[in-house]
Amino acid sequence: MANAVHTEKNTPEIDALPLGRTVAKPRLETRQNAGLTEVIFEGVWATYSVGSIDQQMRLLENKLSGERLRIEMSDISYLDTAGAWMIYRLLRSAKVRGIEASIDGMRTSHKVLLEAIARAMEDIDEDDSNGTRASILNRMLSTIGLAVYGFRNDLQMGLHILGAAVRGSQMKLGHGSGLSIPAVVNQIDRTGVTAIPIILLMSTIIGAIIAQQGAFQLRYFGAEIFVVDLVGILVLREIGVLLTAIMIAGRSGSAITAEIGSMKMREEVDALTVIGLNPVGVLVFPRLVALVIALPLLTFIANLAALAGAMFVAQTYSGISPDAFITRVRDAVDLSTIYAGLIKAPFMAIIIGIIASVEGMKVGGSAESLGARVTASVVKSIFIVIVVDGAFAMFFAAIDF
Amino acid sequence: MAENDPIISVRDIHVQFGDHVVLHDLDLDVYRGEILGFVGASGTGKSVLLRSILGLNPKQNGQIVVLGRDLDRISDEERILVDMRMGVLFQHGALFSSLTVKENIQVPMREYLTLPKGLMDELAILKLELVGLSGKAANKYPSELSGGMIKRAALARALALDPDIVFLDEPTSGLDPIGAAEFDELIAKLRDTLGLTVYMVTHDLDSLFTVADRIAVLGNKKVLVAGTITEMLKSDEPWVKSYFRGKRARRIDLPEETRIACMER
Repeated sequence: MANAVHTEKNTPEIDALPLGRTVAKPRLETRQNAGLTEVIFEGVWATYSVGSIDQQMRLLENKLSGERLRIEMSDISYLDTAGAWMIYRLLRSAKVRGIEASIDGMRTSHKVLLEAIARAMEDIDEDDSNGTRASILNRMLSTIGLAVYGFRNDLQMGLHILGAAVRGSQMKLGHGSGLSIPAVVNQIDRTGVTAIPIILLMSTIIGAIIAQQGAFQLRYFGAEIFVVDLVGILVLREIGVLLTAIMIAGRSGSAITAEIGSMKMREEVDALTVIGLNPVGVLVFPRLVALVIALPLLTFIANLAALAGAMFVAQTYSGISPDAFITRVRDAVDLSTIYAGLIKAPFMAIIIGIIASVEGMKVGGSAESLGARVTASVVKSIFIVIVVDGAFAMFFAAIDF
Repeated sequence: MAENDPIISVRDIHVQFGDHVVLHDLDLDVYRGEILGFVGASGTGKSVLLRSILGLNPKQNGQIVVLGRDLDRISDEERILVDMRMGVLFQHGALFSSLTVKENIQVPMREYLTLPKGLMDELAILKLELVGLSGKAANKYPSELSGGMIKRAALARALALDPDIVFLDEPTSGLDPIGAAEFDELIAKLRDTLGLTVYMVTHDLDSLFTVADRIAVLGNKKVLVAGTITEMLKSDEPWVKSYFRGKRARRIDLPEETRIACMER
């Protein structure tokens, strides 16, 4: 084994390393006489120490003049690649200026190091081609353009996923069932059943808050009983479904994006394709079906919980007994009010599922992109859910539903 | 080889997870400037030992001395100094996926040192060129690199601070034979130029035959044998025998003397 080179001691004592008080600094001495520049290197020229002398070396390189350069290396106590790189840089700039360079007092290990660096760097000498940056206007416009294209691609991919999901987890040959029941049930358990406690808690509190605030305001008009109408209609038409959808977007949408995204990162999605399965059918469809089933059910639970919260507050703050509350709810709320809320739930489920899947499929190779996509998934689905809720409200008002 | 100068010395290491004893009273010495090949059947604890030396795994008992410092007894400051002298190439590279190759190499420099930006860029390119990657790879993200390039980039990061010891966890796994041979050569070349000590966990018999100065075999919770390849071939341990003289090993061209030694047995 050819390792005779490093028998010489060229290793720093551990105590001479940084943080300690006795760091042996690299030192530099230059002498000019006639056409000869003498540079004497001393001390420790190691990665951890050369930072302090970089500036000085660069200055020296730029000012280099005369006909000859002599480098004296015998006082270097330790040299590693960073130090050797600096010496190489000096030699290179001497060469560029046509200055004849000579080195004295170089140890074998230093020579090996310098040669290795020269060999590694020979093909890329001084052709740093830094890409020029585009102008501000250009970059601004390109950002807008990219966003528009991104929106178009999202829409396209969303429709693609919707279409592929409808086809189910079909095999290439055209057989295979469209829907795997156990997968759907499992997903309902994960997105629906386990979400019940938090949905219950959140809705009860929201119902109670609305009732409390309504009661305080309506008290001025002596119409405290109408707090029941207020809570009933508001919760059943809007708040119940909206808050449930937002909660599910945050809870299950992010999970779907992260699951599909990490499968994408580890080529599991590609594996599904190669095996002959439609990845959208296998991964997205069960989740989509589960969401479409679970979200209306959760909305219904949320509605009941909110009414219960409101009933409790109505009794404590306004003395409306539960009996009176329920009687009033019967008068104020008709079936179409309940439907108006529940009918929105499946649409919101599809929106959450598709946005989560689209974002999941867009995950690239890095951990950072996974995080960015999960965030985008939650933000986008909450935003779209709210927009769609508004659209429904206008639609129902227009058709007098 | 300076036989009396162990850069890493491991004594009586005992590691267990629950009731499962992985390493028991294990001793190992790694000498300055050598390439130590570390082999063992899958699941015998090669990685556990590596991780214990690096301080990633707790050990129940024993002493690990690196660069003359007992890792259990040193101050945090000294620990940092020791860490700076060690570089690790993880099996799958473990490059930070959200940083470019250049930034990956600069992470140790940024963490430990204050270097001017220009110099850090130059050093990063230099390290890349030293491990045989073109400087053009510097601004790519790990996900845009091939498997062999990831190994090289990860080696460049391991070398960022010019360490004394480099730990390589299966450096040639997943590389084609030509790429693996190049990688072996690279490691030998770096050892010769930078004076590295290399601790290499590997299953690649070619690597062991071509670059390893010494080989240590892990089995039965301790180091079964440690020595040169010739000693390995002479060993009577059943596992060592079947490993180095099994069907796959036979195809490797052995040096003349070892072949004779082999045939005599």
